Amino acid sequence: MIEIKKLYKSFGDKTVLNNINAVFETGKTNLTIGRSGSGKTVLMKTMVGLECIDSGQVLFDGKDMVTMSKKERHSLRESIGMVFQNGALFDSMSVADNVRFPLRMFTNMTNGEMDKRVDFCLDRVNLGNVHTFTTSELSGGMRKRVAIARAIVTNPKYLFCDEPNSGLDPQTSILIDNLIKEITEEYNITTIVNTHDMNSVMGIGEHIIFIHQGNLWWEGTRNEITNTTNQELNDFMFNNELTKLLKASVLEKAVK
Amino acid sequence: MKIFSEIGSYLILLKNVFHIPENPRLYRKKVIFEMRVLCLDSLPIIAVISIFVGAAIVIQLAANLSNPIYPRWITGYSSREGIMLEFAPTMINLVLAGKIGSHIASEIGTMRITEQIDALDVMGVNSASYLILPKIIACVLFSPVVIVVSIFLALMGGWLAGTLTGVISSYDFLDGLQLDYTNKSLIISLVKGLVYSFIISSIPAYRGYTVSGGALEVGRSSTKAVVESCITLIIANLVITNLLI
Ligand SMILES: Nc1ncnc2c1ncn2[C@@H]1O[C@H](COP(=O)(O)OP(=O)(O)OP(=O)(O)O)[C@@H](O)[C@H]1O
Ligand SMILES: [Mg+2]
Repeated sequence: MIEIKKLYKSFGDKTVLNNINAVFETGKTNLTIGRSGSGKTVLMKTMVGLECIDSGQVLFDGKDMVTMSKKERHSLRESIGMVFQNGALFDSMSVADNVRFPLRMFTNMTNGEMDKRVDFCLDRVNLGNVHTFTTSELSGGMRKRVAIARAIVTNPKYLFCDEPNSGLDPQTSILIDNLIKEITEEYNITTIVNTHDMNSVMGIGEHIIFIHQGNLWWEGTRNEITNTTNQELNDFMFNNELTKLLKASVLEKAVK
Repeated sequence: MKIFSEIGSYLILLKNVFHIPENPRLYRKKVIFEMRVLCLDSLPIIAVISIFVGAAIVIQLAANLSNPIYPRWITGYSSREGIMLEFAPTMINLVLAGKIGSHIASEIGTMRITEQIDALDVMGVNSASYLILPKIIACVLFSPVVIVVSIFLALMGGWLAGTLTGVISSYDFLDGLQLDYTNKSLIISLVKGLVYSFIISSIPAYRGYTVSGGALEVGRSSTKAVVESCITLIIANLVITNLLI
């Protein structure tokens, strides 16, 4: 479980996160949604300690990431997997070596065991045949998927995904969403996903927080989201004909 | 004032760099890799520069010292001392500051702006140590090789050029080379090499590691890194020369 309390973050005199309080439960897919520039990436980075915060607490199972010693932070981070918005693959390594890297760094696995694990993870993101590619030979969506494989290879306890399916086709998107949900439940991971993809919200959003201009604007589940009266959330979620129709049909069903 | 805070953060970075590795085996592999990429690949340019500059030094000295009031060994002797004490350690490392320094700064800087360093940090890797330590170790370990190769080739080039152009006889040159030889010059040369190779690997690493922004900043910081390494190297040269001579 990850808890954030009274989190403030600003760059210069621009406040990006304004008093965020939230609880992300274990075994659930937690979604952070919000418009571009609302502060989702900054929130995620402050949670893992890549950006320092102005004030507040980030508790990983009760332990405060911000005040813990460097050594504790290092060992906590070994149980964190993170997918960056742009992949952040190591471009000096092949795809397989990217995925293998955390294993080589932190485990005593033999080469054979590592190969097996790498194969398994790459298969799970539907990339069975790109092991020897360099990262520049990958498409944008493939990079994302390799990043996901790298993030899950060590069986992390906490999984952070910054827009894991932006830039993917709808089918692969759903595959990735389902993968995230599956491993979250299977290994009882605390998962946090940033997204502005409607399908993801409706598909895997068990717990959703909506960030608007740096504030926590709304919090709830995907079932609640269709009935919301929150104007900004409505504008964000149901902004085109398709999603409006979706909302209408869901509401209609509810009435029946 | 800014320079002091820069030096402060450089030292703090170095403190993080010199850290017991999480996985020594991986580090050893990286050192060998960096040696190949940074050092071995620099040998051709070192060789070319050494041979030609060595040749120029000898021809120049022989011409300037052709007056019969000077002993005939003076050209060989001064070439040896000049090449060992200044040319091989200082000038070659200045050249390497350009080659290795810009390489290190742009490589690490690119990793910074593409969030690869963040990715390492999130995994729990000490990114400063993992990225920088193998480069520094590779450069420092390799510096004696650079110095020795450079001295040898420069003197060879000088000897060839001097005798082929006829400005000095082979006997006089070799006689001068051997005159009063002690290992002191070689040791000074090697010490200088160790210090300079540390400078030209750690300063660019610091510049790369602390880049923020985009591709433009990576380019800028890599230029800055080379300029700063060169200046630091020249100052260090003055200090060491004063201390050791
Ligand atoms: N290093 C930084 N320095 C200054 N401002 C920053 C920095 N990083 C982010 N910001 C600002 O913080 C705000 C939130 O950015 P953030 O990247 O979190 O948005 P986001 O919600 O992830 O958007 P997107 O959906 O487009 O990824 C933006 O207004 C951005 O300008
Ligand atoms: Mg973002």
